[in-house]
Amino acid sequence: MVEKILLTALALFAISIVIALVRIIIGPSMPDRAVALDMIGVNLISMIAVISIVLKTKAFLEAILILGILAFISTIAISKYVERGIIVELKSDD
Amino acid sequence: MKINDVILRTVTRIVVFIILTFGVYLFLSGHNTPGGGFIGGLVLASAIVLLYLSNDIETVQRSLPLDFKLVAAFGVLLATVTGFGSLIFGVPFMSQTFAYFDLPVFGKTELTTVTIFEAGVALAVVGVVVTIILSISEDE
Repeated sequence: MVEKILLTALALFAISIVIALVRIIIGPSMPDRAVALDMIGVNLISMIAVISIVLKTKAFLEAILILGILAFISTIAISKYVERGIIVELKSDD
Repeated sequence: MKINDVILRTVTRIVVFIILTFGVYLFLSGHNTPGGGFIGGLVLASAIVLLYLSNDIETVQRSLPLDFKLVAAFGVLLATVTGFGSLIFGVPFMSQTFAYFDLPVFGKTELTTVTIFEAGVALAVVGVVVTIILSISEDE
């Protein structure tokens, strides 16, 4: 029973990633794409967590942490590029 | 136009230390679990890149006065020197050895010479990644 619930959750996460991918492709504006990329990152983290429950292993926990860090940094970089046009400033103006 | 990014700067101040701690953990756990010098260096580099993202180049250079090209060169030098150090003891190039020591706090600890090599790899990765990202992201 628990196994079936976990597999269903995996399938739903996969469908959610596909929907976010559609939003990235047809997304009218860049902030839509940034939010959809962040959503794909969160869904991937959740999928890895569910997979590690299914396989009864702790080997993927570092992968979850690394994926979280990379999704955080890449979302910040994309939003800063969308908002200001540059990513790393040479000198702050305040 | 001034942009209010106080949330980003406040979060970054805490998150950078979490990422640095995780990078050191990955660096030290490279024997039988996922980890090692390469991805430890990548995680450390991502922490530094996060600092550069939330602040600017001048501020980070003032508080972290490192030339990252020199860091990469020093890492490669360290890795190569540990490789040649095995030649002194009459074993092939890049041989590694390990031993068990009783340290005061950690108890029985395995110390290896490959950790020094991995430190060189981590320094090289940090230097190269930060140099690449600063080069491709700077505006004129």
